[in-house]
Amino acid sequence: MKSGVKFGVVVFPGSNCDYDVYDVLKRVMKQKTVFLWHKEHDLQDCDVIVLPGGFSYGDYLRTGAMARYSPIMQEVINFAKNGGIVLGICNGFQVLLETNLLPGAMLKNKTLRFICKPVYLRVENNRTLFTSCCSEGEVLRIPIAHNEGNYYLDRENLQRLEENKQVVFRYATPDGEITESANPNGSLNNIAGIINQKGNVLGLMPHPERCSEQLLGSEDGKKIFQSIVESQLS
Amino acid sequence: MYRAKVYVYPKEGILDPQGKAVHQILKNMGYKAVNGVRVGKFVTLELNSALTEAEAYQQMEEMCQKLLANPIIEDYRFEIEKVTEEQE
Repeated sequence: MKSGVKFGVVVFPGSNCDYDVYDVLKRVMKQKTVFLWHKEHDLQDCDVIVLPGGFSYGDYLRTGAMARYSPIMQEVINFAKNGGIVLGICNGFQVLLETNLLPGAMLKNKTLRFICKPVYLRVENNRTLFTSCCSEGEVLRIPIAHNEGNYYLDRENLQRLEENKQVVFRYATPDGEITESANPNGSLNNIAGIINQKGNVLGLMPHPERCSEQLLGSEDGKKIFQSIVESQLS
Repeated sequence: MYRAKVYVYPKEGILDPQGKAVHQILKNMGYKAVNGVRVGKFVTLELNSALTEAEAYQQMEEMCQKLLANPIIEDYRFEIEKVTEEQE
């Protein structure tokens, strides 16, 4: 049995949550963690790749559009296609959409404002390796911080996404109701996080690394990292 | 060389929050005749004249598909003109 999980945090020019997620994985989760510079081709035998939040390539052209063609991403795409575990947070989620590892695209927030605040998420699917430590329907309180989080997918593919239970997190009220007023950015079906069909690639707009210790007011985000670690060690 | 102009704009039926905001302001300014606004992007490129015209069109198409536009939410069109040395 493995004694630990090795995480690789990809660093693009403009990533700014890379140290936060590195700190949580290394100090809080006590796992081996390395940074992977975007110009590298070596994933250093990592078990899990994390694409962190930030503004890769200044969000020029479209969020995530240019990061998708950086050298390391060619390796991450192959890694994911071979079943490797990939977590994309915020800008990392946007990069995963641009690579087509996850379906859909992000539009600007309906409010046209950068939104930075804690939101409530309902766990729609806990039978994933990213959410096994949550109960189904559980409500997590995790902050968002983005300008383009307004998830879009055409109707036919959206229906397929829903039928396959690929919607993992939805914006909700503190009681877990899925309402329009609980939707901060105009995202279709209140979607906050989705998984690929194989179940090894997850993207979410909220930042679990910002609420993984009591000192920061909440440990809800830790459940996602804990789920990943347990899935690898069991 | 060739000079290419690329227009990228939100697909029909896709929510365009920027266009909506601009439309609202134009109405506030008194331009009641405006029925709709969509905000997109305009990109110009210079291409090496070693390419044939057919190759230039093919490469532009690829660049639009792969990077300059996201076909899920955006449409695009482009024009290519040949620029002679005197015009450069």
